[in-house]
Amino acid sequence: MESLGADVMLALPEVILLGAASTVLVLSLYAGRAGEALAFWSSLAVLGAVAVLVGFTTTPQETFAFGSLYIHDPLAVAVKLFACLTAAVVFMYARPYLQQRSHARPEFYVLGLFATLGVLVMASAHNFILVYLGLELLSLCLYALVVFERDSSDASEAAIKYFVLGAIASGMLLYGMSILYGLTGSLDLAEISAHLGSRTTDSIALVFALAFIVVGLAFKFGAVPFHMWVPDVYHGAPTAVTLFIATMPKLAAFVMTIRLLSNGLQELLTDWQQMLVVVTVLSVIFGNVIAIAQSNIKRMLAYSAISHIGFILLGILSGSDFGYAAALFYTVIYVLMAAGAFGVLVLFASQGRSMDRLVDLKGLGKSSPWFALIMLLLMFSMAGVPLTVGFYAKLYILQSLVQDGMLWLAILAIVMSVIGAFYYLRVVKYMYFDEPDEQLHVRGPGLAQAALSVNGLLVIVLFVFPNTLLDYCVRVLN
Amino acid sequence: MLVQSAVFYFFATVLVLSALAMITVRNPVHAVLFLVLAFFTSAAIWLLLEAEFLGITLVLVYVGAVMVLFLFVVMMLDINLARMRAGFARYLPVGLLVGAAMAAEMIVILNTPAFDRPRPEPKAPDHSNTQELGELLFTEYVYPFELAGVILLVAIVAAITLTLRRRERAKSQRPSKQVRVDKKDRVRLVSMDSE
Repeated sequence: MESLGADVMLALPEVILLGAASTVLVLSLYAGRAGEALAFWSSLAVLGAVAVLVGFTTTPQETFAFGSLYIHDPLAVAVKLFACLTAAVVFMYARPYLQQRSHARPEFYVLGLFATLGVLVMASAHNFILVYLGLELLSLCLYALVVFERDSSDASEAAIKYFVLGAIASGMLLYGMSILYGLTGSLDLAEISAHLGSRTTDSIALVFALAFIVVGLAFKFGAVPFHMWVPDVYHGAPTAVTLFIATMPKLAAFVMTIRLLSNGLQELLTDWQQMLVVVTVLSVIFGNVIAIAQSNIKRMLAYSAISHIGFILLGILSGSDFGYAAALFYTVIYVLMAAGAFGVLVLFASQGRSMDRLVDLKGLGKSSPWFALIMLLLMFSMAGVPLTVGFYAKLYILQSLVQDGMLWLAILAIVMSVIGAFYYLRVVKYMYFDEPDEQLHVRGPGLAQAALSVNGLLVIVLFVFPNTLLDYCVRVLN
Repeated sequence: MLVQSAVFYFFATVLVLSALAMITVRNPVHAVLFLVLAFFTSAAIWLLLEAEFLGITLVLVYVGAVMVLFLFVVMMLDINLARMRAGFARYLPVGLLVGAAMAAEMIVILNTPAFDRPRPEPKAPDHSNTQELGELLFTEYVYPFELAGVILLVAIVAAITLTLRRRERAKSQRPSKQVRVDKKDRVRLVSMDSE
């Protein structure tokens, strides 16, 4: 145990985040009315500090800590960086909304920090136990956040559904893991991989365990046919929390899938590929088609999220390094777009007006031209229109599919993207071609608006320089 | 060996039956009691596996603390049984069919030789299960152990966030104020003329 000090040093980002979250929790109790402001600013500072710290520890090789429970590799660094940034941006967007609804309590930021800690743990997990603990830490915070507006019956219903289905998903995942443990005698991802590589016979029990793991992952991702909770949770949760749920768990689900399927079970590639094909095809089709029928914008974005999840999984199922890199690229870009789109909704909603229905967006092009333009860019990007980075995100996924000879999947994805463009463009139509019912003047703190502007413009900037991010993703997953 | 198998099958049967009874009995209090029985029998199975500490913890924590709380909650709630059971008979055949199919598939698949792993050697009678677990938890698994603690902390924070309400009209004691109270705050001596 002489090396415990070195282990802790390697896991310093997690240690600092945990210490800071606990400190904020206690301090904000004693700060009285200033507790919320204190929690907000110190959370931003901590996330910034952790991001810088993670950035400085970038290494090209793998290092292990705590035996081999903790892995420090480029993928972990990348996901941790993005997670810290995402959490900070979400906090900035959410604050005016929470203040306007008088839900500005420090617990929002504390739970948010703990959820971020969960993602960090998952990013560095090299053992089934840690994957599971990180996942539960994240999920538990999310369940509580969904019902943050506790007098809302919609939110309570959404939270119960999320909790029950999330628990079932965790159960599935655990069951799969336990069978794999029974078969291989190890919980360590590298040992499992080695054991699977040396096996001589095909065991149907392995596929059986794999099925449970894939089902658990699909549940957490919210992919069809395990998507029932997504629209209800997006709809029922306060918009600021929906913003959080639409972004952070996607990063977590991505890194969890890579850790489990690629690091641990790459030997079973052909088996999980078939399962993922079914999941992705259904997700891309159902997500895009059902989104057309939605009149609530949060539900529409929920179904759109399902179709984007389908795209991310399309990258993963190709099983190649470039496919994984394309999937990471897509995940990051999707998180950027979802943060922006929900950020605009949160901003408008924090002006004291309901922003749940599509028709609420009517005439925003006139009354709030700048943020309508941001929303337009984000919708174009989600649809994959050129001049926005969403185009490249889809392109790289299709490229990886074609490289691996799955042309029919690529064609299906393109057809469904075209169908999906309809409901994204409908948002633009409402904003620019309809007369407003009432005028809306956006006021509020400049911080959220500045961040939102940067967020929207990044969609264009990254279109001009997509290779910087793609090269990074390729390097991370090589 | 034979005695061990017999004991195992006895407890396993009781476990499965009590779990079944737990979800089928009408009275929720009975259901909780059946769950207690299920926990007890699984604790006994832990003991058979030489996991004494886990078995005893299961009894102490689940039966002793969690289930007692549960019983209190169930007794305090006024649960409408008729409404909860509505549709039970309608969904029963489908549920049974799906359950039976899944069970059959699982039995067929899991009955493969892949699970034939060497049995661990029985430990000496003075072997301390608790000490071994403790050493593992605080050395090799200290990181996940701490994380499990964090999860419990989050659960506390979440529960308090969801339930604590500062009501304006709520009456609560302020001990410091109570201690500092002075005679003249409470008692007023009025001199009155005798009549």
